[in-house]
Amino acid sequence: MCPIRVKYGIKMSKHMKEIYMDSANVSRPAPEVVVAMMPYLKEKFGVPGGAFGHRYEEEASEALWRVREAIAASINASPEEIIFTSGVTEGNNLAIKGFMRYGKEKKRALTTPIERKCVLESLRYMEKEGHDVSMLPVEDEGFVDEKELENLSRGVDLISVQHVNQEIGTVQDIRRIGETAEDRQIVFHTDATHGFLKEKIDVEKMNIDMLTISGHVIHGPPGSGALFIREGLKIEPLLHGDGKEFGKRAGHPNMPAIIGMAEAIRLMKDADIERMKKLSKMLLESLSTIDDSRINGPMKNKRVCDIVNLSFKGVEGEAILMAASSEGLVLRTGSACFSPNLRYSHVMRAIGRSAEDANSSTRLSISRYTTENDVVCVYEILKEIIERLRDISPVYRKVKK
Amino acid sequence: MKFGYSDRVMELFRNPKNAGPMEDANVTAIAGSMACGDMLKMYLKIEDDPERIVKASFESYGCVANIATSSMITQMVEGKTIEEAKKIGFKDEVDALGGLPKIKYHCASLAVQALRIALSKWGVIKGEREVDETLTREILRGILDPVTDKDIVTAGVVRSLKIEGRLLEISLHIESEEAKEEILPAIDEAFEKMDVDIDIEEV
Repeated sequence: MCPIRVKYGIKMSKHMKEIYMDSANVSRPAPEVVVAMMPYLKEKFGVPGGAFGHRYEEEASEALWRVREAIAASINASPEEIIFTSGVTEGNNLAIKGFMRYGKEKKRALTTPIERKCVLESLRYMEKEGHDVSMLPVEDEGFVDEKELENLSRGVDLISVQHVNQEIGTVQDIRRIGETAEDRQIVFHTDATHGFLKEKIDVEKMNIDMLTISGHVIHGPPGSGALFIREGLKIEPLLHGDGKEFGKRAGHPNMPAIIGMAEAIRLMKDADIERMKKLSKMLLESLSTIDDSRINGPMKNKRVCDIVNLSFKGVEGEAILMAASSEGLVLRTGSACFSPNLRYSHVMRAIGRSAEDANSSTRLSISRYTTENDVVCVYEILKEIIERLRDISPVYRKVKK
Repeated sequence: MKFGYSDRVMELFRNPKNAGPMEDANVTAIAGSMACGDMLKMYLKIEDDPERIVKASFESYGCVANIATSSMITQMVEGKTIEEAKKIGFKDEVDALGGLPKIKYHCASLAVQALRIALSKWGVIKGEREVDETLTREILRGILDPVTDKDIVTAGVVRSLKIEGRLLEISLHIESEEAKEEILPAIDEAFEKMDVDIDIEEV
């Protein structure tokens, strides 16, 4: 019996449908989002022109500006500071390469080892171009090491620290990092993909100079995103062409995706976040009652509302994932076996988890559509799978002995 | 192009045949390591006259492919003579499974490796071959160093080996008492029934 069922008085209906818990990878676009996008795939197919243009261009320009204003308002920025991108990878590439490559001098950048690959790989590439990149260590719950942050030197040009971790849900103290960066006159970029709308963001109060968001994790369409670049901060574009997006990103903006993302932003309410917070807490509470399980990420607060991650002794993550998938439960693992390069999660490695814990790490990312019923079913499905896999595991027998 | 695992692999993963330890096995072998997230233990019951593998089972700490390949190889060896079993290659296994993603071929190799180690150990038990350094290392690779999460050979716990007939002199560098409590019995277990004398020197 699921330990949280009685406690929270959850009335169960048998689980018949799929339970999707991989929303931090890509979320289901909201039906309203799809409806909002449709006209832009049909009669409103125009793209923005300049200050004036024909009917289609003007209509597109106005629609795009409304979205710019809405996004700017959600993070306390100005519309002129919002650049539309194709999502998190482009946003992070543009912020990092754009900043590092502007001007002639070589620059110094600092980041954490638990960033998304698009941040780490962009910076690795900048190293190849002669820039200097170093790592700001994180401790075992994924938080930036405070002492190291305090010791930040003035010689650094860029610091890129994510708002929320994609695997373990750690919410960084962005305000503190922003203050430190401001004090040392360092440009501060944050990948806010997993924090946007879920945690409070104020680019003014938090001293953020560049901020990446993406529509694909907030029930918006894939291929939608934006980058905030503080007014006056110069960057080199990645895409050259027609001078669109204030000369920072050439090419027709993807109107349907942008309109869809705006609708996704409008739909997400504080009440949704509160509900998700409660559900992920329940999920963590029930799953951590499984024998020999271990929570990855923050134990108390400062965990984002939608990401839960645990490791289970004696079993391997790909087996958990595939077994769960057979039962209609969709989740994700940091296991080496599941990764395309057969290496276990760099996040697990950076927070000091053993290979074994990394290989069994199981991430469940809920969404606005997750129900209490789902949470109970997840517990029941996972408990059964883990017992089944442990029954045939030579390692778990040893643990028990 | 078809992605993912074949139906046969998924079926064996969901309902593995021959899973679990075997009480009356007369030889066992471990291949793989926890660090790679891929490890299996194979159990064989071999009867004399005629010498045949009558039963095989496995335990697996690993992914879908690891479980399916382990299960498949135990089915493939049942009823085979030692010579026939030695001829099984990873390709045979991949074919029997209706294909395997290329990135997972190493799982099939791992199962074959476990089988070969088991058969070599059987050769030693029967007095048909000597225990040599290669086999000793392969056997020791099946033992985990809890400090580094690597096998004790890769982790550098095994400093040197000296083999004279049936005497194995193994010198070990073990970090902690706890690790020692795990590693030493595991070595004894790994060479069980092989009629070798193990002399462990700690450095």
